[in-house]
Amino acid sequence: MCLAIPSKIVEILDNNIAIVDTMGVRRKASLELLNPKPKVGDYVLLHVGFAIEVLSEEDALESLKLFEEALDYENEFEL
Amino acid sequence: MKTNLNSKEVILKAKDTIIKKVEKLGKPIKVMEFCGGHTHAIMRYGIDKLLKGYIEFIHGPGCPVCVASMDRIDLAIELAKIPNTIFTTYGDLLRVPGSHRKSLLDMRALGCDVRSVYSCLEAFDTALQNPNKNVVFFAIGFETTTPPTAVLLKKAKEHKLKNLFVVSNHVMTPPAVRYILNSGISHIDGIIGPGHVSVITGTKIYEEFDVSIVISGFEAFDILKAINMLLDQHIKGERKVENAYTRAVTEEGNKEAQKLIEETLDTRDSFSWRGIGSLPKSALKINDDYEIFDAEKVFDVKLPASKEHPLCICPKVITGVSKPTDCKLFGNLCTPENPIGSCMVSSEGACAAYYKYQEVELCM
Repeated sequence: MCLAIPSKIVEILDNNIAIVDTMGVRRKASLELLNPKPKVGDYVLLHVGFAIEVLSEEDALESLKLFEEALDYENEFEL
Repeated sequence: MKTNLNSKEVILKAKDTIIKKVEKLGKPIKVMEFCGGHTHAIMRYGIDKLLKGYIEFIHGPGCPVCVASMDRIDLAIELAKIPNTIFTTYGDLLRVPGSHRKSLLDMRALGCDVRSVYSCLEAFDTALQNPNKNVVFFAIGFETTTPPTAVLLKKAKEHKLKNLFVVSNHVMTPPAVRYILNSGISHIDGIIGPGHVSVITGTKIYEEFDVSIVISGFEAFDILKAINMLLDQHIKGERKVENAYTRAVTEEGNKEAQKLIEETLDTRDSFSWRGIGSLPKSALKINDDYEIFDAEKVFDVKLPASKEHPLCICPKVITGVSKPTDCKLFGNLCTPENPIGSCMVSSEGACAAYYKYQEVELCM
């Protein structure tokens, strides 16, 4: 339940909704839980459709790298 | 090129460091991972097998689907049965059997309009699109998942919706940690603290506890790093809160999210947890300002006394007293395809994680 994945904001729409890119998949995310509001290009942690924290680019890329490595790891061991 | 932190080489090095420290101590260390996401990660990477004999993992009550008591599942099923209702909830809950072995999915097969949502705002859209139907959102989750429910309530009020109703089953981490530590049911040398709960709450919520707590991320390297920090505390005789997930977690947490929760929800006097029973001030209810959206107040649902399956030991698994493999039903009568207990339903439940990854032998 508590899975949250770093995602990059690619567009900000009306009503605190943004389009985010999560490892190549684009989807809508609510920005209601963030104050101040993030801007296009910022990385956020995405949980059940809500951005719950802004991440520094360095930290986001570190997290994504670990996440991708985990997926590679699963593929390697055919889990 | 940066080191691949989840690589076999890095993981084996971390393993050696941990094992050397435990050998010096002369006895295995008991570590509770509170969060179901950590339970899943530990099994997925085979970290439990990697450190077997050195670190014993006690799986904590941090899987929200698993700790939902039978009477809450029964309530969900009764609400879904009310005519003219669209019942919405997060997908994990749909397959949990209630007292009569029927789940929300079974209710859907019987003609009830039961829908799973990725975001609770889908319930808001559904209510707008179906003005002649009542839409119920059955909210579950720990602190990570609570703020979205607060946003849903605020939006319902702003738009003066008359057909959206919410059940809050949101539970809180500190009362469960307090229970585990005070009940003495399992001796614990240290706790791997939940990462994404702490994004919302900050690390400050753990300061009351007289035990070593290290907040961790969810990858193999994160977890090994947290265990290493717990060991260092143990060796020095320290009991403090440390943050190994500084990528996302701060001391104060997400204040905007905390404010939204305060505006919409109040602490319940007590709430029933599967495996634990009634815990005082451990869950949240919709506050008086938003009571017109509180399904528990609006719908008069009568529930007979709930009952657990006589052979299911989920209650003991949730509190770390028993391992999934101690259960007679595990892997034969109870499987992820045909779950009897809630711990086999959610991928974060200890039984589902054991079942899926029982053959994993990391790097060996």
